[in-house]
Amino acid sequence: MSDRVPPATDGLAAGADLSGPSLAYESGMEVQARSQWAYVRMRFFRHRLAVASLVVLVLIALVGVFAPQLAPYGYDEIDLENTTRSPTLDGWHLFGTDQLGRDYLSRVIFGIRTSLWVAVFVALVSTAIGTAVGAVAGYYSGPVDNLLMRLTDLVLTVPGLAVLLTASVFFGSGDPLKIGLILAILFWTAVARIVRGLFLSLREKEFVEAAKAAGASDLRIIVRHMLPNCVGPIIVNTTLVVAAAILVEAALSFLGFGIQPPNAALGKLISDGQSEGFELWWLVTFPGLVIVIIALCVNFVGDGLRDAFDPTQRRIRA
Amino acid sequence: MLSYVVRRLLYSVVVLVAASVLVFTFVSVSGDPLAQLRITPNLSQQSVQNVIDRKHLDDPIPVRYWYWAKDAVTNEFGTTLLGDRPILPDLWRVMKNTLQLVFIAEILAILIAVGIGVSSALRQYSVFDYTATTVSFLGLATPVFWLALMLQVLVVQIYEQTGHRIFPVASLNSVDPGSGIHFVLDRAHHLVLPVLVLMVASVASYSRYIRASMLEVLNSDYVRTARAKGLPESRVTMKHAFRNALVPLVTLVGLSFGTLLGGAIVVETVFSLDGMGLYFVNALLANDPYPVMAWLMVTATMIIVFNLLVDIAYGYLDPRVRYE
Repeated sequence: MSDRVPPATDGLAAGADLSGPSLAYESGMEVQARSQWAYVRMRFFRHRLAVASLVVLVLIALVGVFAPQLAPYGYDEIDLENTTRSPTLDGWHLFGTDQLGRDYLSRVIFGIRTSLWVAVFVALVSTAIGTAVGAVAGYYSGPVDNLLMRLTDLVLTVPGLAVLLTASVFFGSGDPLKIGLILAILFWTAVARIVRGLFLSLREKEFVEAAKAAGASDLRIIVRHMLPNCVGPIIVNTTLVVAAAILVEAALSFLGFGIQPPNAALGKLISDGQSEGFELWWLVTFPGLVIVIIALCVNFVGDGLRDAFDPTQRRIRA
Repeated sequence: MLSYVVRRLLYSVVVLVAASVLVFTFVSVSGDPLAQLRITPNLSQQSVQNVIDRKHLDDPIPVRYWYWAKDAVTNEFGTTLLGDRPILPDLWRVMKNTLQLVFIAEILAILIAVGIGVSSALRQYSVFDYTATTVSFLGLATPVFWLALMLQVLVVQIYEQTGHRIFPVASLNSVDPGSGIHFVLDRAHHLVLPVLVLMVASVASYSRYIRASMLEVLNSDYVRTARAKGLPESRVTMKHAFRNALVPLVTLVGLSFGTLLGGAIVVETVFSLDGMGLYFVNALLANDPYPVMAWLMVTATMIIVFNLLVDIAYGYLDPRVRYE
C-alpha cells in the first residue's frame, strides 16, 4: 500500500532548492523522499508513551501466543498440597493458588490467550463489516444510508451490555468464537457510522469526480480512491474496539454469560476467585490487573496512532 | 417547539414499535425457553403442554408477537413464563432503586468531572493536568466489576485488620427500616460503594470532554475580546468561557444514560442491590423471555424519553439551536 501513496515532498528542501546555489544536493546531501506511511511511523515513534505501551502489548500478546510453553503449570492442574497460597516465589506461584491448588499465574496466562484472541477477532470482524456497510451507505446515500442510520438509532435505544447478555443466553454461549461474533454484532455500528461520515464528505471531493469522469467503476472508486483516505480513522477505531472488547468480554464472562470452562478467560477467573472468598484477595486482584494493563496500553497506542495519522491535530485529547 | 416535541414523540413511538418487533423476534427465534422444563424429571407432559397453551408457544412468531404486544399494552407486560407472577409491579419496584443509584452517581459524576475538567483546562500541561489525564485513562481501562470487587476486598481486609465495618459491601435489604433521617442516612451509607464504582467511568470520560471543550472556548475569539476589554480573568473564565463550555456536556450525558444502565447491571450484581440490573440478570439466569423482553422495552422507553428531555434542554441552553 505504501508505494501507491505519492511521496510527500520535503518542504524544507524544496524551499532551499529555490533560494540559492548553496544547499542540499550541492553539499552532497540527498533529500530522502518519505511516503505518508513513513511520516505516520515517525510521528508515532515520537510518542514515547504509545511506543512503550506497544512494547508491553507485544510482550503480553507473545505470552498469550506461547501460553502452553510459558505457563509453569497447566490451566486446570490441581495440586492439593499447595492450596490457597498467597503470591510467592516458591514454586513460581507468583499470583498465588486457589482452594484446589491451581496456579493462578498459569491460569492468567491462558486467560490472556483467550481474551486477547477474542478482542482482536471482534475488532477485525466489526471493522470489516462496519467499513463495508459504512462505505456503501456513505457512497450511495439514499435507502441504504437511511436504513443504517435507523438501525443505529435502534441499537442506541437499549444498553449494549443488555443486548449482549440476552444474545449470549439465548444463542448459547461459552465458546470464544460465538462470544466474539456476538460482540462484533454490537461493535460494527460504531465503525459504520465513522466510515459513513468520512465517505459523505469524500464523495464531494474533486478527485472522486475526476475518477468518475475517467470512467472508474463504483467499486474501484470506493476501494482504490476513497478507502485509502479513511485508513487512519479506521485503524484508530479498530484499536479502540480492542480495548472496549476486552472490557466487555470480561464483564460478560464475569457475569457467567461469556466464555465458559474449559476455555480460560480473565473475567471468568475473577468470578471464580470471588467465589472463593475475599480472604484469597490475590485470585481477584491479578487477573483484573492484567485486564487493566491491556486496556490501558491499547488505549495509549490508539491515542498515539490518532496523533500520528492526523498532522493537523492540536494537542488536545478529548 | 411544541410541534418539534410532538414530532419527536411520534417518531419515538415508531422506534419503540420497531424495537419491540426486533426484540421479540430476536428473543423468540433464538432459543426454547422450555428446554429446561422438558428435561425435568417427574414433570408430566401435560404441565409442559399447559405452559405452551397459556403462552401460545406453538403458534407462528407473528401471531405470538401479536399476543405478546397485546399483553404488553393492555395487561402490563403480562406474567412470567412459569410462575404467573405479574411482571410490571416487580419492574417498578427495582426501577426506583436503580434510578436512585444512577441519578446520584450521575449528578456527583458531573459535578466532580466539571471541577476536574475546568481546572485541567485552566492549567493546561501542569502537574494537575497530567495527573488528571493519567487517572482518567486508568478509570476508562478499569472494568467496573473488578473495581467493585477490589473495594469489597479492601473493606473486608480493613474489617479483619481493625474490626471496623466502614461500609456495607452488599445488599440494600439490611437498611434500617426506621423512618426519617435514620433511614436516609443508612441508605446513603449502603449506597456509597455502588455509587462510587458507577461514577468512575463517567467522571473519567466527562472530565476529558469538559477539558477539551473548555480549551476550545478559551481559545475562541470572543474570549479574547473579553480579555481585550480588560475584564478580570476570573470573570472571563467563569462568566464567558465556563458556561459555554458546559453546553456540549448535555449531549454527552444524554448519550451515556444507556451505558450507565449497563453499568448498573454489573454494579447491582456485584453488590446484590435489588435493582433493574439484578432483576435482568436473574431473569436471564431463569431463562425466562417475558421479563427479559419487558425489561428491554421499559429500558428503551426510558432512554428515548431521557434523550428527548436532553434535546429539549439543549434548545434552551444553546440559543443557536432552532427546532424547525
